[in-house]
Amino acid sequence: MINLEDKISSCVANVPPSAIRKFFDLASEMEGVISLSIGEPDFVTPWTIREAGINSLVDGYTHYSPNAGYTKSKQAICSYIERRYGVKYDYDGECLITVGGSEGLDLAARALINPGDEVIIIEPCFVAYKATVLFAHGVPVVVETKRENDFKLKAEDLEAAITDKTKYIVIGYPGNPTGAIMTMEELKPIRDVLMKHPEIIIISDELYCELNYVEDQPSSLARFPELRDRVIMINGFSKSYAMTGFRIGYVLGPKALVSPMTKIHQYCIMSAPSMAQFALVEAATNCDEQVREMRDEYNHRRNVIIKGLKDAGLDCFTPAGAFYAFPSIEGFGINSEEFCERFLMSKKVAIVPGNAFGKCGEGHVRISYAASMDNIKTAMKRLAEFTDELRKEMQ
Amino acid sequence: MIDDIELLKIIEKDARIAPEDLAVQLGASVEELNAEIKRLTDEKIILGYTTEINWQKNYPEKVTALIEVKITPQKNLGFDNIAKMLSQYDKVTDCYLMSGGFDLMLIYADENLKNIAQFVYNNVATTEGVISTATHFILKKYKSNNIFFEDTTTDDRQAIVL
Repeated sequence: MINLEDKISSCVANVPPSAIRKFFDLASEMEGVISLSIGEPDFVTPWTIREAGINSLVDGYTHYSPNAGYTKSKQAICSYIERRYGVKYDYDGECLITVGGSEGLDLAARALINPGDEVIIIEPCFVAYKATVLFAHGVPVVVETKRENDFKLKAEDLEAAITDKTKYIVIGYPGNPTGAIMTMEELKPIRDVLMKHPEIIIISDELYCELNYVEDQPSSLARFPELRDRVIMINGFSKSYAMTGFRIGYVLGPKALVSPMTKIHQYCIMSAPSMAQFALVEAATNCDEQVREMRDEYNHRRNVIIKGLKDAGLDCFTPAGAFYAFPSIEGFGINSEEFCERFLMSKKVAIVPGNAFGKCGEGHVRISYAASMDNIKTAMKRLAEFTDELRKEMQ
Repeated sequence: MIDDIELLKIIEKDARIAPEDLAVQLGASVEELNAEIKRLTDEKIILGYTTEINWQKNYPEKVTALIEVKITPQKNLGFDNIAKMLSQYDKVTDCYLMSGGFDLMLIYADENLKNIAQFVYNNVATTEGVISTATHFILKKYKSNNIFFEDTTTDDRQAIVL
């Protein structure tokens, strides 16, 4: 009998399935659970964006688009980026429309990595950073960020991780799962390190760029003119515009880097969904106000979460972006998986163990505030009860 | 420092929000919040608090009409005098000066069609300065003050998304 598992490529087989799979299954099967474990907006996509998608179907735009995307969609993206970041990209050659931001990560890995190349990943982070590197036969080199630095990347830690095999670095602020941001001022030392290593490419994940509660203009390494030509900006509409189901994102960067990515995209994906490309034109052109309103609502919830964590006696740095808080649960004598599992079983609230996002996420839990205010308030009350019970147990 | 626009946007959607909750959302103390609400009320920026009710459910006879009114503006007074006069009726819930083919829009609610008809021909049409009226009845409300009357949206997201 043939063993089909032996047939699987080792680079795929060696990526372990998520350690918290069991916890996922448990949470999905339980009735009446309040979920603060969802990394996607709870808002329905603004109507005018949905309408633009519908209209494209009515008008019969149901075919493949050009590989890199419709011209007017790419133009809308480039104008949006110029308006928000002050960085210019040529829609013709420097812009590729992808199936969500995740495709961009995958394309970058496959376009850049030769077997054995090292990629610097800053943990705790979005789970796909490491996996895409491994799938492309790369070697992830993890730089850990810490609570005492508000999960910001320290220049010296980056510098220590760089070797002559370093191909690129993936940097993503505002960050999932921490909610940390890095301002332009804070990015300067990172830029200085990267200037000393002109051979390193920079992948800047900007997915949460509009969900920043401190700065109006998104910060990004791409905004340093001296780095612009080796940054691949990966962005999408899922988080900022509540468009996760549209599966639409984009990649911006110098032509020499975007064009091999387009080559892979052309063979593997052909083109991003046409309907979603029409919808994004409306999003990128006319929806700044709707984005601001969603951001304000998240901000109100963030304040409620911060207060709730304080009331529950959990130490948490003040998250400044995305829609996550990442409090520490050290001091309860249990690991993050056990904390989450017991919280789920006894209080019916689902949150995510920090170790899902890298080893250094252990000792923390991710709480998403992409949930209704009522659910957040109830969950925070239950969290305070739960931590009280844990403290009593410890006495 | 409370951002008053932000505060007003929240209570415009939910006037019954507890001050303690509202203060947390705005990152302010309850005292600061109360002082700000008092200021906004004293300055007549906050004018009152109402409830959105689906009368169709337990009071289906209740009728609401939009009444367009064309008037001759009065010397020195413009439209204001007639508008103020027509606003005096208790059952006129809204009165707006409009651009376009007519001048005033009244929203009027009463327990039956007959009463509304009587109001139009006895009270509005006979008011000095009123040239003509056109009355439209609301058949069904789908959305009012940003609230959907039949909201069927549910949260169909996966329980855990990393």
